[in-house]
Amino acid sequence: MTLLSVRGVSKRFGGLQAVNDLSFDVARGSIKALIGPNGAGKTTLFDLISGFLRPDRGEIVFGGAEIHAMSSCEVAVRGMVRTFQHIRLFPKMTVLENIMVGRHVHSNAGFLAGMLNLPFTWGEERRIREKSFEIMESLGIAAQARTEAVSLAYGQQRVVEIGRALACEPKLLLLDEPAAGLNMRETNEMGRLISRIRDTGVTVLLVEHDMSLVMKISDEVVVLSYGEKIAEDRPLAIQKNREVIRVYLGDDQ
Amino acid sequence: MARRYFAIAAFAGLIVAIQLTTLVTATGYYLTQLTMTAYYSLIVVGLCMLIGYAGQISLGHAGFFAIGGYVTAFLTTFDLKSHQGAIVSLLSKSGALVSRQDVYGGSLLTVHPWLACVAAILLTVVVAYLVGGPVLKLKGHYLAMATLGIGIIVYRIVLGTDFLGASDGISEVPGFPLPGGLLITGDSSSRVSNYYLAWGMVILGMVLLLNLIHSRVGRALAAVHGAEDAAGAMGIPTARYKLNTFVLSAVFAALAGVLLTHYNGGIGPSEAGVMKSVRYVAIVAIGGMANLWGALSMSLVLNYLSLRGYFGTYDDAVFGVILILIMLFTPDGLLRRHLFSDLKRAVSRNPAEEEAT
Repeated sequence: MTLLSVRGVSKRFGGLQAVNDLSFDVARGSIKALIGPNGAGKTTLFDLISGFLRPDRGEIVFGGAEIHAMSSCEVAVRGMVRTFQHIRLFPKMTVLENIMVGRHVHSNAGFLAGMLNLPFTWGEERRIREKSFEIMESLGIAAQARTEAVSLAYGQQRVVEIGRALACEPKLLLLDEPAAGLNMRETNEMGRLISRIRDTGVTVLLVEHDMSLVMKISDEVVVLSYGEKIAEDRPLAIQKNREVIRVYLGDDQ
Repeated sequence: MARRYFAIAAFAGLIVAIQLTTLVTATGYYLTQLTMTAYYSLIVVGLCMLIGYAGQISLGHAGFFAIGGYVTAFLTTFDLKSHQGAIVSLLSKSGALVSRQDVYGGSLLTVHPWLACVAAILLTVVVAYLVGGPVLKLKGHYLAMATLGIGIIVYRIVLGTDFLGASDGISEVPGFPLPGGLLITGDSSSRVSNYYLAWGMVILGMVLLLNLIHSRVGRALAAVHGAEDAAGAMGIPTARYKLNTFVLSAVFAALAGVLLTHYNGGIGPSEAGVMKSVRYVAIVAIGGMANLWGALSMSLVLNYLSLRGYFGTYDDAVFGVILILIMLFTPDGLLRRHLFSDLKRAVSRNPAEEEAT
């Protein structure tokens, strides 16, 4: 069962062909990793999939609907949520409030209801709060609920960002370098967390530089180089792929 | 939740206390400026919602105030007797028009103030949506300049339009009738009731805005303010939320314009002036940007002092200087929400903690 399908997608920035005629599928319930040297077009591809950029050519199909012309907001409403390479938590808001924002797409109170403090919003707010605490407890950050999110340690900020994304109850979670800036112990924990998220039925697509993490948790790996796909396979096969080795380690002459 | 209503009650107490003080000290004439202060405060708190919570600046809110004031002033003073036609007779039959006497004893047929108010608000909503859509795509200085442009356009239009009184503005605007025999008017006989009506409007506005801040929408606006791209990625329609807040604050300004025009019995083009817009932004800034209570208290003090003439000929300069000083030394505003916790932290800060962060 395919959840996300990238078909012949290209994106050019001036003279740079950032992504070139790229195609791959992400199966429902799997963890798929995008790897490649710096500048291979991984983050551009992420931006294309999550609605931050429009592809020049090609189409992106998510859950049976074409999404490549949608905004990031519309994509999120359809159940695809991303994190950012450089953590983008909401400043001046507590961990709890950050996570509560993640419940936005699952609640309804608008401007008028909010201003008039209509009774139906009370129950809704309570449910948002309860669900947020549930998520924080499952991630082990409930003790920091009242702390300003951006004042936490880097590793914990990543967890908060993932918690915020999980609060949206996404079908597909896009993680842009979830282990960047984490130490080895934190990276291992992050790996376990991502596997656990997949086990709850969330499909995961991640960009990551940490090869040990990618090889340990991914079901399939796509390798990019200069905007093109050079390999797509299971982790063990990728490790033996001559082209991948050449791209990463250079020609052996 | 209880805390915000407690603050509202405390503020209402302050309003009563001020009135009682003027009663005891036989200084009831202060209430006139205090009433005008209330209507200006209505603009300020609406603008505070836009600047402090949605993170969007507007240097054109005097324009929305003027749209509200001028529409109601024009409709309630324009004599329709010499314009008899199908539309006028239809309006007349549906009770939308009132016959009254002008100051010279001649009879007038004008639009009912309530209908004029509705028309003023509707026009403001339409204008705010039309200009807000494209303008709010801009950020920072560009947004400030574009909104400044809106203010200047409104100012030039009212200044250059003959049927809006050009540089004289519109005078002899009737009072605004309310249920229970109350009338929004500057007559000294209804000074006290108008003082309470005006501040009642402010308190109502504060309740609505405080509720909004603590709602799902308020949280989303804070997210948009803090990290717009991340807010979008969480499914928040950032452009629509910014636009709605812009329109909401424009409606606050227009409603203030309508009511103050009926209170003053007229409106002039200076109300649409750029320096008026700067003044409102300066008050929001000194109040702490994202701090409705700070903006309201600063508005109460500064507008009152200004209206009593304490700043003399430096009136506009005072607000300009305030804005410059705030931007230079404390861009987050003087009365920040976390002022006291920040102070506490600054006092108790020790070098070891410094190094750890």
